[in-house]
Amino acid sequence: MTGTGSIGRRLTLLLAGVAALLSVLSWWMVTGLARQAAERTQDNVLAASVTTIAETLRSEQGEVRLELPYSAFSMLGAISEDRVFYRVATGDTILTGYEDLPVPNEIVSSLGRVVFDTGEYSGEEVRMATVSRLVLAGAQPVPVKVTVAQTRGGVASISAELSQLAAFLSVAFFLVAVSLSAFAARTSLKPLNEIAAAVSRRGPSDLRPLRRAAPTELAPLLTSLNRLMDRLGQSIRSAEDFIAEAAHRIRTPLATVRAQAEIALRSASDDDQKQRLRQMIRAIDESSRSAGQLLDHATVIYRTDDLVRTPVMLSDLVGQTVAGLEPTASMKDIQLDVEALRAKAEVDPVLIENALRNVLDNAIKYSPPETVVKVAMAETNGEVRIAVTDQGPGLGEGPADQLTQRFQRGRNTQGIVGSGLGLTIAKDVLVAHGGRLELETLQGGTGTCATLVLPSS
Amino acid sequence: MRHACLAIFLSLFTTMLTALEIEDHRFFPGTGQRVLKVISTADLEVFAPYLAAFQSSQPGLSIDYTVVSSAELYRAIRNGAAFDLALSSAMDLQFQLANDGFAKSHRSEATTALPDWARWRDLIFAFTAEPAVVVLSTQRFQGLDLPTTRQELVTLLREYPERFEGSVGTYDVRDSGLGYLFATQEARSTDAYWRLSEVMGRLNPQLYCCSGQMIDDVAEGRLALAYNVLGSYAAERLARDSGGRVQILGMQDFTNVILRTAIIPVGAQETAGAGALIDMLARLGQRDVPGDWPLPPLGQTGADNVVDFGPIRLGPALMVYLDPLNRRAFLTEWENALEQR
Repeated sequence: MTGTGSIGRRLTLLLAGVAALLSVLSWWMVTGLARQAAERTQDNVLAASVTTIAETLRSEQGEVRLELPYSAFSMLGAISEDRVFYRVATGDTILTGYEDLPVPNEIVSSLGRVVFDTGEYSGEEVRMATVSRLVLAGAQPVPVKVTVAQTRGGVASISAELSQLAAFLSVAFFLVAVSLSAFAARTSLKPLNEIAAAVSRRGPSDLRPLRRAAPTELAPLLTSLNRLMDRLGQSIRSAEDFIAEAAHRIRTPLATVRAQAEIALRSASDDDQKQRLRQMIRAIDESSRSAGQLLDHATVIYRTDDLVRTPVMLSDLVGQTVAGLEPTASMKDIQLDVEALRAKAEVDPVLIENALRNVLDNAIKYSPPETVVKVAMAETNGEVRIAVTDQGPGLGEGPADQLTQRFQRGRNTQGIVGSGLGLTIAKDVLVAHGGRLELETLQGGTGTCATLVLPSS
Repeated sequence: MRHACLAIFLSLFTTMLTALEIEDHRFFPGTGQRVLKVISTADLEVFAPYLAAFQSSQPGLSIDYTVVSSAELYRAIRNGAAFDLALSSAMDLQFQLANDGFAKSHRSEATTALPDWARWRDLIFAFTAEPAVVVLSTQRFQGLDLPTTRQELVTLLREYPERFEGSVGTYDVRDSGLGYLFATQEARSTDAYWRLSEVMGRLNPQLYCCSGQMIDDVAEGRLALAYNVLGSYAAERLARDSGGRVQILGMQDFTNVILRTAIIPVGAQETAGAGALIDMLARLGQRDVPGDWPLPPLGQTGADNVVDFGPIRLGPALMVYLDPLNRRAFLTEWENALEQR
């Protein structure tokens, strides 16, 4: 994605380059072969022509005689529109034909065999076939040399034509090869893309190992990815363990300190001293609460890793939770209204109770004294909704989603004890159960509605 | 025999050294300075309509038209005479000139439209296809069945020797390039040729240099028949005046068809004009209807009763009979057949 470009494109370009090279090579080879074939054809016809003429050589009254057969030249005319020259000579004496044709000089060694040569005559390149025969003239046999020459226009035009055809085919071959290599690149990169998609589809806390078939080349990547995720999971777990341990260890001495501070407050007479002790107790409460929520959070993370679902009557769970918070509410003269509904869901009761407690706790905490916090249950479209409505100041400005992130608190929460973990815990629990947390400020800022949504069973 | 041969060669040799033997000449003045020099074997009365048509499209160009025999034309071009266009009915000689590099190439839309057999290498272009025919005197053939094949002609000549004695005309192939081409091609194509020649030889044949004179003598009744006459001349003559005295006969067993061809000599100055005239002739050669032109197009042989055997092929095989050794051998055989007294 950065700098090094795409493997697919690189692979395609590489294959296309190879295809281009092969195309050019094949064009070059076909062109060469076509020229060779055309030349060989011309040589064969020239050889046939010169042999036909040589066969008419005979001796008459001590003189060498011959006649040019009609076919000797008509066969040359049949293959191409090329100029034809010929020469028949005994030694340096010309019997007939074009005297100045540049004929090769080797005779004796090649008697009876057709010798080919290329030369220039009448301003054009010519191919010459020469054959030598011994003819009895008088008492002495004399060597007679017959040469037939033809210009090479036909050869050139045939090879040009075939070369053009070959070029056309090479281009077609190249285009097919390029599209095939694009296809091949895409196909061979498919498993890689699939693994990438599988990884990116995962939830943020899903650190389970990837179990899927991978090509041999990708197996090491998959193994190290899994190992990395395993290590990451372990380190996260140990961090959570550490936090839970730490929270636990802090809470116990804090409880002792708080008890001592209460006793001191009761026995104190000085107003100034009482004020200081109350501040102390308040600070201890805050710390203890934070530690408790950190512990809760660790519990939630631990339990959502291996969610154990059991069928739970949600109305009972809601009732118990509300009952547990009754004392806190009554301290602020807040009335808790419950509209329970008999709805069942397969959940981890500890986690759900935890989530609901955090939401309710928030509602009570941010509500002014002598108000009502309403808990209403509803079941629609396979979902159970537990709506908690308070008459507090609302969520304030800014996106509501931000409030469900760790240690994020609303802008209008100054002066109220809180850690910023409550909604995070509630949301994590609900998401782990396949549900969600909905937050909204009621119209006119007259309260907040937090709804826990769970799939019903 | 030997002496006769020697005499021919000597006469050829002397004509090579002396100036051109001109049969006819005319200058067609144009309005401009440019002059197109044409050397041709076609008689003026045959070719004048073509020149007139050409000049009406190119009024600025003057035309210098010289008529010579085909052998003379060949020698003139080979010796580098200053002509811009050479038109000849002796396609073997024209071909030899093109093959040996005495022709300039010319390529245009009109020439590429010509059929493959009517051109060679953009050097030589055919614009008419003309058959060899028998011209006979109606009066001398009264009461006889007209022969349609050489075999029938041989039979006829054998049956009535007194009727045809001294009254058979044909080309003197030693003088006439066209006559030599007809004779060699016919000897190659049909074995009846030598039989016919033997029979004619016994009848004291009259030998001619040119088609025109033969046709004249048939029309006058001096000849009963003329063998191997250029069909186009005979047809043109028949159209002009004959009063039914002359008849044209095509042989059904085999008919030679020659192509009248044009080349631009290497030394040509007025190549643009020559190319334009070739284009006009090539276009006329491809016309579908004969029209008023004296010479037939390439597509048909001109004579109605001639079976279309296709023209003699333009190719290196034409040079075979021009080879001096072959020519000497052929002429010897021809003289043995034709000159029996």
